[in-house]
Amino acid sequence: MANVLLSAKGIRIRFGGVIAADGIDLDVYEGENLAIIGPNGAGKTTFLNISTGYLRPQAGHVSFLGRDITAQLPRTITRLGIARAFQIPQLFLDQTVIENMLIAAASLSGHRSPLKALSSLPERVEMERLLDLVGVREYAERKARELPEGQRKLVDIALALALKPRLLLMDEPTSGVASSEKFGIMDILTMALAKEKVTSVFVEHDMDMVERYANRVAVWSMGKIQKVGTPAEVLADPKVREHVIGI
Amino acid sequence: MGGRIKPITFKPITMAAVFFFLVAAIAPLFVPSWATLFALILAKSIVVLGIILLLQAGQVSFGHAMFFATGAYAAAFWGKYLGGGDILLDLVLGAVSSTVLGLVVGLFVVRYREIFFGMLNLAFSMVLWSLLEKMFHYTNGADGIRVARPGVLGWAFTPDTFQYVILYVSLLIAVAAFLGVQRYLDSPLGHMLRAIKSNETRLEYLGTSARRVLLVGYVISAFLGGIGGTLVAIIQQIATPEFGYWTKSGEFVFIAILGGGAHAFGAFAGAAMFEVVRFYAAAQLANAWQLILGVVLIVIILYAPNGLIGLRQRDRRAKAGGR
Repeated sequence: MANVLLSAKGIRIRFGGVIAADGIDLDVYEGENLAIIGPNGAGKTTFLNISTGYLRPQAGHVSFLGRDITAQLPRTITRLGIARAFQIPQLFLDQTVIENMLIAAASLSGHRSPLKALSSLPERVEMERLLDLVGVREYAERKARELPEGQRKLVDIALALALKPRLLLMDEPTSGVASSEKFGIMDILTMALAKEKVTSVFVEHDMDMVERYANRVAVWSMGKIQKVGTPAEVLADPKVREHVIGI
Repeated sequence: MGGRIKPITFKPITMAAVFFFLVAAIAPLFVPSWATLFALILAKSIVVLGIILLLQAGQVSFGHAMFFATGAYAAAFWGKYLGGGDILLDLVLGAVSSTVLGLVVGLFVVRYREIFFGMLNLAFSMVLWSLLEKMFHYTNGADGIRVARPGVLGWAFTPDTFQYVILYVSLLIAVAAFLGVQRYLDSPLGHMLRAIKSNETRLEYLGTSARRVLLVGYVISAFLGGIGGTLVAIIQQIATPEFGYWTKSGEFVFIAILGGGAHAFGAFAGAAMFEVVRFYAAAQLANAWQLILGVVLIVIILYAPNGLIGLRQRDRRAKAGGR
């Protein structure tokens, strides 16, 4: 089997009376697109938050490429090669799209000279290529604030790709997008991930998306992983159909 | 490729800046009483540039008078204890001491945001103010320390010549600070500073420490505050604890809001308006000048929230039919 990139062992966390993770064990393999599904409140986003250092688990460990990253700061984990895209796009709204990208590029390369203009950084060509790859190059000089939601989602993903990550964690990449655009965005996204050789984990509610874009599915239920398997296996499971899909 | 995109307001505002600097350089040659007025405007603008820098990150410091006072007292102490004085030496002392203080205070305050950032700055500045007031033996307390008229590299000046010397020194530094701040805001670090205002979480998720970015901005703004303080102490020939009092910090924030925080030139527009109103209104209306400035600020906040430099932009927007 392929390399294990991310490995979670025995993750536990509770918020007051809510158990958001109750012994999560999961390995993410290089090159796959792993979907996380499950009802609201099952702890899916919590898992992403723990994996990126936003939350510290009360028990258990997360390692990335064999290195323990439990309770590291988000920026440390980012530098190791885990990027994150958000359910609600997190952009620098008052700056242009290309400036957003160049801030990411400067973060990665450590370009900190106060005398060099951001707009003339050598990474500009590469950033324009990434914008092109996700199909938003035409918006490069527009303020992020002016973009429609679907395009903001794509810029959010381009920002993550600008960091040249090994692994990309995405929280509902198509939520908040008109259903007619969902497949378009996911097509662009999976193509871009394959091209950039980035492994991905994405939380998703829409089973059509899961079926079409995931290689593997993990089903969350009340802080536990109920089942892991191929989309066909998981979606055929009567318990999953009853509890998660609701049919 | 390489097409540098400037904010739409850049060109007219650059012209306004060039025009302002030319007026500051030439007008006092014809009206001698303006030499000191313009020197004061320029010196205060340098401090306000530091406030505007922090405004980019969405942070307001209500304690920047501490750096202003540090710059002023650096020159005053040198004169008091070592005698003599040289403008360049005073400036170096003021810059170094305020930068060091900025680094030390900055390590604490960059951990906080918004009201906590503002108040912690205020607290630090009040500590400095009390020290300046209470350590009478060293500081002469509330009376302050006189700053004797310094020379430049061994040359001494008569009072009449000196007011022009300090004017042109202030002008030179103000132009350098204006260009330097713009350059910095255009750089990756400057853009990251603005990113703190719009989305600090994302900045951290790009692998950048927002605190470090803010610390760099804070130290630069402390440096500018110190330089401005040294210049004002030389212009007014005195340093008093009043320089570090919270109302002085408030004055700098006031000027920044008045001029407009979106562009470095806002510092100059605001300081010019502020000092000119004070210069003339104080003569005509004695104690009413604060009233006039208060009304001006209310009008600015209600009708031109982007300050004086935002007036043009607002005008253009209105013509284009709203936002």
